[in-house]
Parts: sequence; structure tokens; C-alpha cells
Amino acid sequence: MVELKDYASPVRPTWCPGCGDFGVLNALKRALVEVELAPHEVVIYTGIGCGSKLPDYMRVNGFTSLHGRPIPIAQGAHLANHGLKAIVVAGDGDTYGEAGNHLIHALRRNADITLMVQNNRVYGLTKGQYSPTSPKGFPTKTSPPPEGAIDRPVNPIALALAAGATFIGRSWSGDMKHLIDMMVRAIRHEGAALLDIFQPCVTFNRNYAYDFYRERVYKVQEEEGYDPSDREAAWRKAHEWGDRIPIGVIYQVEDQPTYEKQVPTLDAGPLVEREFRTWTEEDYADLEAEFI
Amino acid sequence: MPKNNMTFKIGGEAGQGIESSGIGFAQALARCSLYVFGLQSYMSRIRGGHNFYQIRASESPLYSHTDEVHLLMALLPETIERHGHEVVAGGAIVYDEDIEVDMEDLRGRGVKTFPVPLVKIAEEVGSKVMANTAAFGVAVGVTECHFDRMATIIRDNFAKKGQEVVDANLEVGRRAYDYARERYSADFDYKMEPVEGPSRMVINGNQAISLGALLGGCRFMSAYPMTPASSILEWLATHASRYGLMVKHSEDEIAALCMAIGASHAGVRAMTATSGGGFSLMVEALGLAGMTETPVVIVEAQRPGPSTGMPTRTEQGDLLFMLRASQGEFPRIVLTPGTVEQCFQAGWRAFNLAEKYQCPVIILIDNFLANSVRSIERADFHFEAVEVDRGEFLTWEELDQLTDGYKRYAFTETGISPRARPGHPNAVFVACSDEHTEDGHFADEDPENRVRMVQKRLRKLEVAMEEMRAPTIYGPEQADITLIGWGSSYGPVREAVDRFNEGKEKVNFLHFVDVWPLPEDKVRPMLESARRLVAVENNATGQLARLLRAYTGVQVDDMILRFDGRPFSPEYVLDRLQ
Repeated sequence: MVELKDYASPVRPTWCPGCGDFGVLNALKRALVEVELAPHEVVIYTGIGCGSKLPDYMRVNGFTSLHGRPIPIAQGAHLANHGLKAIVVAGDGDTYGEAGNHLIHALRRNADITLMVQNNRVYGLTKGQYSPTSPKGFPTKTSPPPEGAIDRPVNPIALALAAGATFIGRSWSGDMKHLIDMMVRAIRHEGAALLDIFQPCVTFNRNYAYDFYRERVYKVQEEEGYDPSDREAAWRKAHEWGDRIPIGVIYQVEDQPTYEKQVPTLDAGPLVEREFRTWTEEDYADLEAEFI
Repeated sequence: MPKNNMTFKIGGEAGQGIESSGIGFAQALARCSLYVFGLQSYMSRIRGGHNFYQIRASESPLYSHTDEVHLLMALLPETIERHGHEVVAGGAIVYDEDIEVDMEDLRGRGVKTFPVPLVKIAEEVGSKVMANTAAFGVAVGVTECHFDRMATIIRDNFAKKGQEVVDANLEVGRRAYDYARERYSADFDYKMEPVEGPSRMVINGNQAISLGALLGGCRFMSAYPMTPASSILEWLATHASRYGLMVKHSEDEIAALCMAIGASHAGVRAMTATSGGGFSLMVEALGLAGMTETPVVIVEAQRPGPSTGMPTRTEQGDLLFMLRASQGEFPRIVLTPGTVEQCFQAGWRAFNLAEKYQCPVIILIDNFLANSVRSIERADFHFEAVEVDRGEFLTWEELDQLTDGYKRYAFTETGISPRARPGHPNAVFVACSDEHTEDGHFADEDPENRVRMVQKRLRKLEVAMEEMRAPTIYGPEQADITLIGWGSSYGPVREAVDRFNEGKEKVNFLHFVDVWPLPEDKVRPMLESARRLVAVENNATGQLARLLRAYTGVQVDDMILRFDGRPFSPEYVLDRLQ
């Protein structure tokens, strides 16, 4: 029986009061309890940024890595031990900026890892520069007014859909119940799952704080007849933005085998649990013969 | 008559099977129990250009190619134009009868010219792509060697293409053999014949490293193709299912090393392989392995840089880069094997060093060593001597016994903290790229902890230094001149030493494999006792010489450097010694 206190860490977060990261941390702990995974059965891979300090603030296996690199680290680790749950938690700069290449390829190969993106649409830890998801015209220190950010923002849902993700969800840290539910679904999904989480930065992105999302988000699962396995419907939802922003399971298919399931070497169980091979004279002769 | 001691060279364009047939011919000679050394030279393109493959054969062990060629086989006029001057007097040029090149000067200095309808023979039986087989048929014919050994290689190497292809190549080879034997063999002095002895493996540096890694328990390999390292990824990929390896061709080199670090963190022996450009992309992750104390093995097969440089050529220009790559100060180990035996040993020893000292280990080779084949008896690899030493890696049973909270980065006398793999309830921990406390929590604000952690990590290097090996000495213990080198120059320099000395004690050779951490106390007396030190390096600045000066205070007296993208040859070194 896994309990919330199993995940309790003595370390107190350094996040600003009211930061959306608190919501992500609390929801993640509750989601892990709900899926009955104990701290030693999970590894959380993070990048760099405020939110990536998360493994320090809960008792769990973690790997706080480099900016943009938790995705390949998690994949390598999961291929070596697919008996553990691999969850990547990283920010929008990390995932949609620095990790662009890794993201596309992890999704298309349907790596069995869960990606949770703390998307606050700004760089917080470096104190307020525009991020890959900042809106066009967004004024920051690196996108000064009057023109603000000239780049158009990344559309994570459309990007993931195009790349071949088998689970694409969106939630936000102002609705704990929904966020926990979405985390549970993402974790339970077999294959590459992307959960984009709107997560207000109350210090550097006040325009996109709690009120902004509260007024706009709606749950696609409450919409009659929405079928998340319908790719074209998901594509349309991916482009809905403005007064109404869809959250929930935007897309999910369960008929795609994970990368791990297609590797013959992994059929015999996690690599890490296998003994080293005892080499025989016959093995030596076979290897020698290749070169004669 | 010169027998069983000669060099063949075949030249043609990319796509004409120069390399594959060249290696096949080397194997055929190895099946005659002759020693062989094969050197490839190719351009960065799939079709066209000018490539060559050079095979030296002898009844005595070989460590290098030489500049002299005895039989040049030209599928293109360019082969004669570029390499005709390498053919010795009494040697010969075999060429397609349709090639028109003025060879009067060559004939004038005693080079024989043997026109053969190579393409015509190939087309009559199969297709013109078999002209390479015809050329080697001629080689066997004029040297009066046994065609049956070549036939066994044709059967083995073409088997997967079907019986028809096998038969056609056999017929092409046979007709060319008959043609040349009848017309030219009486006029060609160099002869080959099988001798008594074992059949030897014909293997290159990349393959030897791969084999060493496989036998040494490598379980995970992720890499992105890059010349000249790609064949390590390819060889391991084709052996993955049979031997239980996970091999991943990743999206880029950054992912390649990150995946290997992830796999190693999860508890398996993991490696990657690349060249200098790919390594440049890996540099940040190299530091991550250093900071998180994650063992990982990286093969870097050098080619001339900077940037794309000369993709298919060779250089030893990355030594100091390997020692200093990444921000910050942390332990790493750098090995520079120089022979296929040393490559094999480095292939498994690197994993032991990486796990013992929980740090990245770099095996630094170059295009010359990566791709040159040498014949070697299996016994010389010492398969049975391969050991797996995982260092202080806690077993599941040991983790069961843990009572106190597990500290991943515990301060210890040696700096080595017992390592756990994630998954055990008694050892829930975080690997942390920020400066951290003993238990892996962030500690980037604490100066005292910082100092202790830096010292802890660096202590590992001091301990590792004790097991780093002194350079090997080739030649007499004392000599007028002591050459120093590292990595792939071993073979050419070794032969230069033999040829220069001719039984006298004029020159010897210190060859470094364990370059970092430099075992200063072992190296310094060797350098200080030398009368005259000459560094021999395949780079423009003498990087080992600089390293030795920095860490031993000894400055070399002279340097023999080569940085034209070509490997050393014994003659190149000899010319400059004289």
C-alpha cells in the first residue's frame, strides 16, 4: 500500500509563493499514490529550471540532469531497466526549446516514457526571458517592446501529434483534481505520453496567471462525442486557442506497440537484471570465425 | 626471388568495391597463413572519386603498411597517376587494357606494365562491377599463389548474394588468374605461396574494441553514425540480439551519450562511439557523467579537424581536447591504444576503470587504427583474460542489508562512493548535476560542501593513477634517441625503429596507452633517462609532448609531426630520423 507520506521529502521547495510548480509537485505525488507506484519503483528525470528541482522536494528516485536532456537520459535508462517507471518532468524551455530534437524522436519511436511539461510560457529561473511557448508580441528582457517576441509560439499539442505521440494531454496547475487525473492517465499509458501543463509563473508572467486559464480552459472529455482516438478531431483541438482552450486527453491511441516491446533483446526482461554471459569456448570460436 | 613479402595496392572509384575486395584479398592471404596488414584510403562520397586499398603480406608479423608498392592494380587512370611512383623497380602495374596513361617514365625506371582486359572479363561473365575480382585474380596469377584460397573467400563473402553471384565471381577471378598467369607471371619476380601455420583473424581497431566491449559485458550502446567510428555501432548492432545487447542508433550525438549515461545510471555497462565532431556535441554530457559520477565508455575515433575537416582521413589532433573537454574539474580516464591487441584490451578494461572510478573513460583512436586491418591469432587477444570488475557497485543482497539512509555521494577516503542502481526500496536516491550533498540533494550554496565534494571527486583520479601503466619501451633499454608516441603511430614507428637500428642500439620508442591520468612518477624517470627525446605525433603541435612537459617538466628535444591527413609510415619516420 503506497501512501502520500512515502513521498515526503525533508527539503523545502525554493519556489516563489503561489508558483504553479507547487501544484505539479502535489499532484504528481498524489498521482503516483493512485497508480500505486512506490518511490523506489519510479525514476523522475528532470532538466534545468525552477520546476526541474522537483525530485529534491519529494522522496523518489531522480536524476536532475542537463537543460534539454532528460528525455534521452530517461530513454536510455528505461531501455536498460524497463521495470521502473520513467517520468520526465521539465519546463517549456527545456522540452520545446533545448530538447526539440529529442522530443520529436522520443515521440515518433513511442518510447515508453511519460513527459510532463511545466509550461509557464516564460523563463523563470533565469529571471524573465521569453520561452518557446511565449505568445507573439510577449515583452521580456530578450524580446523588448514595442515588438516583443517576434517568434510564433510552439504549439505543443500539434507538434506532438505530428511527431507521432500516442498520448497527448493538457491540464493546468489550478485544477488539482483534473491535473492528478491527467497525470494518472499519462502514467498509465503504454508508450510516449506528453502531458502539457499550464503552470503560472506568478513572478515573471503575471498576464498568464491563474485567472487567465481559469476563465478559458474547458474539458474536452465533458464535450459530447469527443473521440480522443480521432486524429483529425485532435488536430482541430490542437489549434483551438483564445477564449476557449481545451484541456484533457486531446489524443490517445493504444494500438501502437512501444519501442521497448519491439526490441528482441528486451523480451527476456529488464537488461539490468540479467547476469553477465559466461563465455564458452564455442562462443570464442564463433567470434573468431567471423574474422577468418 | 623475393617470396612472400610484398605490398599490393588496388585503386578505383567509390562504388567499385575497392575496400570490400581489398579486405577479402587480405583474408585470402591470411588463410595462406601469411601475416597481413591492410590500409584503406577513401574519399567522403558514395560514388566516384579515387579510393585505394593496400595489402601488405609477409611470413613475419606485420605492424604497419609501408610506402613501397610491388603490385599496383589500377581500375582508373588516376590510380597510375597518383600511385605509380610508389611502385618499386621490378614491381608491376596491372591495369585495364582500355586505360590510356603514359607510363614511359615508369617503364624507364624498371616498373613493368601488365595490361589485362579486366572490365571485358568481368562483363563477359557477369558485370563490370566484378572488375575488382578480376584484378585480384590477376594478383594471384602473377604471384603464382593458389587460386583456391581466393576462391574460398569469394564463396564466403558473396554467399549472402546467392549462388549465381558466387559462381560469376569465381569464374571472373579464374579467367583473370589464367590470363595473367600465362602472360605475365614469368616476368614478375614477386611470388606468394601458402605457408604452414594457423589461419589468423583479420581485424581492425574498431572491430577489436567492439569485441573487447562485448566480452567485457557491455550491455548498452547508443551512437550516431560518424566516420570513422560508425562500424563500432554497426558491429554491435548486428550482434545485439544474439548476445543480449541493447543497441540504439540515436537521433544525435547528444542523445547518444545521454542515453548511455541513463543506461549506466540504471545499472548496465554502457558506451558510445563517435569522432571529434560528435564528441564536441557530447561535451556537456561528459561533464554530467563526471558530476553525477556515472560510469560510461566513449570511443573517439579521430579525424582531421576542426569542424568537418577531412572526414575520411586520419589525425591525432584531439588528445588535449579529451583531457580538458567540458567545464569544471573532474576525473576522467583516457586510453590511447595503438594496436588491435591494445584496442581489444581497452574495449573491456575501459568498463572496469569506468565502474571502479565512476567516471567517463575515453578510448581515443583514429581513422588509421579504426580501419586498418591486421592479422592476429586469437590467442594474442587473450579472450580468457577478460575480467569484469564492477568496483563498488552494490549488489541487490548488499542493498537488502542497508539500514541507514543510502548516501549516493558519501565522502570516503578514496573518493569512491558505493554505487546503487535505482529500484531498491533501501536506496531511493537522486543523481544530481548541480553540486550536491552526500545524499544527492542540491547544495549549490554551500562553500564547505563544495570544497569537500570537489576534493572527493578528484581523489578518485589520484587512486586511479596508481593503476595507470607506464609507457611500453620498444627497442633497446638505452639508445641515442628515444621516440615518444601514443595511439596508432605504434606500428609505423615500431618498424622504423627496427629498420633504423639494424641490430645496433641507436633508437628506442616509448609508446603511451594510459595517457590520463598520466602516471607521472612512472613516466618522469623514463623521460629523464633518455638522451634525446623526439615526439612522433600525427598532429601539428605535439600534444603529448606538451602534456609531458606540463606534468613531468621534461621537454622533448625535437618533434616529428605529420598533419596532412595521412598516417605515418615507417619510411616517413625513417626519413626524418636520418
